[in-house]
Amino acid sequence: MATPLFYILAGLAIACAISCVYHKNPIYSAVSLVGVFISLACIYLTLAAPFIAAVQILVYAGAIMVLVIFVIMLLNLDEERPTNRLKYLYGIGGALGLVLLAQTFFIFYVVKTAGKTSAKTTDAGQSLSIGTAMYTEYLLPVEIVGIMLLMAIIGAMMMSRHMTQRKLELVTDNEGDGES
Amino acid sequence: MEPSLETYLALSGILFTIGAVGVIYKRNAIGMFMCIELMLNAVNLSFVAFSRHYGDVTGQLFVFIVMSVAAAEAAVGLGIIISFFRNSLSVDVDDASLMKD
Repeated sequence: MATPLFYILAGLAIACAISCVYHKNPIYSAVSLVGVFISLACIYLTLAAPFIAAVQILVYAGAIMVLVIFVIMLLNLDEERPTNRLKYLYGIGGALGLVLLAQTFFIFYVVKTAGKTSAKTTDAGQSLSIGTAMYTEYLLPVEIVGIMLLMAIIGAMMMSRHMTQRKLELVTDNEGDGES
Repeated sequence: MEPSLETYLALSGILFTIGAVGVIYKRNAIGMFMCIELMLNAVNLSFVAFSRHYGDVTGQLFVFIVMSVAAAEAAVGLGIIISFFRNSLSVDVDDASLMKD
């Protein structure tokens, strides 16, 4: 019942991921990546994890991708230039991909032969059980994540302030050059 | 009838491989950033699949923490990319060779 749905969503995710890597234009890559996020959120729903699916849509497809697309628009990026990069990186990339795929399917084979336990039907994944675990057993990691987010906010603010000062210097230098 | 655990792990491995190869192939800093997000998502999928398999909520909690790290990474990383663009008028990682020269 859920298997054809999974294969449709998995094919969609892999196709969008390949399209994300393949396209030269960053906007096309970003939209393909949104497709990956949404199909993964649907797979989370079939895995009985509605909280994670909602957070995936909200945080990834909502916040992070809006930020990325905003930066692409702000910098007015166009397609990548023709390559002048070290050629051997392409060979290394292909070799790395083959090795990773081989490892994946080796583990796939090991897990398959290790025997499988049937999936238990629990309420894991509901917001109640996640919230209970988050604020009792895993309170310290959650607090550390909060401190990390605070540090990220402060770091982003510091960088943007530095950036505006540098931009003002750049503008005045250009004006001085233009007048003289 | 639900797909088995190894099917989800295979999808996770394939997505991770595509992301890892993309990081090497892309020359655009934002493209590399998006491929890193793809790899994080592949790992999240394996966490949720294991969480479902063992009926334990811990995997989904790790997914939550990974998402928080990804959000912090997006804020700081895109700030670095914009700062780099202001300095060199490019987001090509080949141009980030100031310390090499």
